[in-house]
Amino acid sequence: MTQESDTKVNTAEVVDQEVVSSGSSIGRRQIVGFVFGAIGVALLGGVSPSITSETRALAFEKPPDPLMWEFNPQMMVAVIGAVYLVAAVLSFMPVRFKRYAFYAQLVAAVLGVPLLIIIGLALSDAPYTNVINLLDQSLILATPIALGAMTGLWCERSGIINIGIEGMMLGSAGVGFMVYAVMGEALSPGWLWISILVAVLTGGLLAALLAVLSIRYQINQLITGVVINLFALGLTGFLRSEVIVPSGNSKGVSTADIALPLLSDIPIVGETLFTGRPLHFSMYIVVFLTWLVMFRTAWGLRVRSCGEKPHAAETLGVDVVRVRYQAVILGGFIAGLAGAWFSMEAQAGFEDNMTNAAGFIALAAMIFGKWTPWGAFAGALLFGFARALGSRLQFLDVTIGDFGIPSEFFQSLPFVVTMIVVAGALGRAVAPAAEGEPFTPSK
Amino acid sequence: MNDRLDKGTATFVRRLREAWDIQPLLVPLYAILLSFIVGGVLITIIGVNPFEAYWALLRGMFGSWERVAGSVARSVPFVGSALALAFAFKAGLFNIGAEGQLLVGGLTAAWVGTWTFMFGLPGVIAIPVILIAGALGGFFWGWIPGILRARTGAHEVITTIMLNSIALFSVRWLVNSRNPVILRDTAASVPRTEPISSTAILPTIVDSQPNLHLGLLVMIVICVIVAFILRRTTFGFETITVGTNPNAAHYAGVNVNRIIIMAMALSGMFAGLAASLEISGTNQFFQPGTFAFMGFDGIAIALLARANPIAILPASLLWGALLAGAPLMQQEAGVSIDVVRIIQAMVLLFVAADAIVRYLFRLREDTGHHIGSATTGWSGS
Repeated sequence: MTQESDTKVNTAEVVDQEVVSSGSSIGRRQIVGFVFGAIGVALLGGVSPSITSETRALAFEKPPDPLMWEFNPQMMVAVIGAVYLVAAVLSFMPVRFKRYAFYAQLVAAVLGVPLLIIIGLALSDAPYTNVINLLDQSLILATPIALGAMTGLWCERSGIINIGIEGMMLGSAGVGFMVYAVMGEALSPGWLWISILVAVLTGGLLAALLAVLSIRYQINQLITGVVINLFALGLTGFLRSEVIVPSGNSKGVSTADIALPLLSDIPIVGETLFTGRPLHFSMYIVVFLTWLVMFRTAWGLRVRSCGEKPHAAETLGVDVVRVRYQAVILGGFIAGLAGAWFSMEAQAGFEDNMTNAAGFIALAAMIFGKWTPWGAFAGALLFGFARALGSRLQFLDVTIGDFGIPSEFFQSLPFVVTMIVVAGALGRAVAPAAEGEPFTPSK
Repeated sequence: MNDRLDKGTATFVRRLREAWDIQPLLVPLYAILLSFIVGGVLITIIGVNPFEAYWALLRGMFGSWERVAGSVARSVPFVGSALALAFAFKAGLFNIGAEGQLLVGGLTAAWVGTWTFMFGLPGVIAIPVILIAGALGGFFWGWIPGILRARTGAHEVITTIMLNSIALFSVRWLVNSRNPVILRDTAASVPRTEPISSTAILPTIVDSQPNLHLGLLVMIVICVIVAFILRRTTFGFETITVGTNPNAAHYAGVNVNRIIIMAMALSGMFAGLAASLEISGTNQFFQPGTFAFMGFDGIAIALLARANPIAILPASLLWGALLAGAPLMQQEAGVSIDVVRIIQAMVLLFVAADAIVRYLFRLREDTGHHIGSATTGWSGS
């Protein structure tokens, strides 16, 4: 029996033990309750009185004459503040009320979304803002995060920690666009799809490199991820200055909108949500397929078993090494799709480091979703929303008093949200048991 | 008595042999060689004579005394960011936040340097004040992921990278903001902070490009101190134990959480200190674009040096020299600076995959000096 380390220490567990033995009763529920209480008090006492009471509205359609829901910001903020206070009070009640506290906290957290929009609207001069549009933007911006999270999911569920998702995305964005730029004469849509295919393959190639380093040479997987990231950074910088720029085609054509046949005719939401770019729609397909294959097929089960108990899987005849390679490279293809989104859909061009930490946010989304596809998708949506809201508030020109809120604040919003999520969610999330441990096949 | 003498001599000889054992050096050396070969292939592909390019690169790195000084000067901040990763690594932590820690440390130093009381102080006091300010800034920025890791289990890879971006945006805002003016020097044409007091400027040793200042000596001393801490102090021993096996450390009575927090905070401190040296010695003010990508370079150097504080010095020199020499290669041979970046990435690749290098060059199997062969998972284990 090989030396599988059963002595993995969960630092959070160590902390919990210390807390229990010291007799303290401050738990997660109380901390969240305290924070919510502070927010509730701030809302009721500070924000609500000082905010405008002019009617604002949330629009659900494009002008002219959009369908709107009008409200009084002062009142709405007060109402939501009251909800937060209720959640806070419930959090400090005896353990019997734990379930009520949980639901109240959930409701309060969800209400945070309209709260931000309402406050933002009230602080600006705009009479209304289109929320369906905002939802659509959130979904679009969630695309690379969701795809990256699926990449991470396939790798980690098979037992390989992959922090090189960022590098895979960046590399595929760069190489894919390079192909497109080089074939510049034929700036036709056909070449665009070939370039997207190249991007996907590049992702797979980088993933294969990660797999070889991690599986065959059993190098610390965090290091291999860093190596992939640095390598992609250097390579794409080189390609950009040596190939893309000299080719004269630094700006290309991006994918075109397509309207989904029946769905885009749905009133109100149809036109916005179901008309969009192809790679964005592929996100839904990839997430669904990931769920389907990973949890409803035999191969998916084998992948998961490699991540939980590879030695047990081996005794049942699963070729752990082979399955891990397959899963990681599959993840790489998905990362390639994400990369293609960056340079050939969101923008039509390649800039240095254009992924901008999206790969790491994707990891956070995966952890937030507790290593499940739909959970990770929810996490991706959260970050997409943070980014979309940031842009929207910047667009609305939100001002506090005389000072405009700096654009950097909005730009940093997704990163702050990620940190909060990672700090809050990880305490309970359980990673695949055998991830990160090098696997040596028994002879 | 004779026994003791014999044993002592044997130990002395053994130690002498170990000091001169170049085996551990061979892998990085061959990795560098291999990367240059690959780089040469790339250069040939874009149509330039690789020997011409490398000769230009070499002259740019070490061609004249001034260039040598410039290369050394260039490498000083890298030592700091490499130490940031290396020290945390000893505790089993991945501090990828060196860039953010450099930024926060540098800005803090630049800010404190403009305080009114600084202008009256003699250099002997002013310089340490500004260095401590930068160190504290970096300490704080490293402390945040440390305490998050210890208290909530949040993996420091993600938190440090997020903090990098947050630092970038915050610093940009603080320096660029005109309405209200926070740290911006309104008299300057480019966005930067006000110049620090002239009493707080580190003396220059050689007036090269960039100038080589006393910061070099400070960083060398810091590296020696870190090596000493790790090898000879209780704290260092506890840190390494936590890095090897947190469970065993816990059972041995080590306060694992405290070590994690301190390791991350101290790592940040090294980066912040390096940043303040730069502010004090080279620029005298802080611009948002400074320290770009220095964090990742620090990671590469730390890996190249296998997280050994003393080995970080020559590794940083190599790295800084490559970057210092690249512009000459671009000027004379027409090869883009990014080729150097690729060479650096390949060096990292080959050092990480040292099995490849060993196979190619028929080197002996290394016993146990692999950097962390077991990976820590996400849940704080």
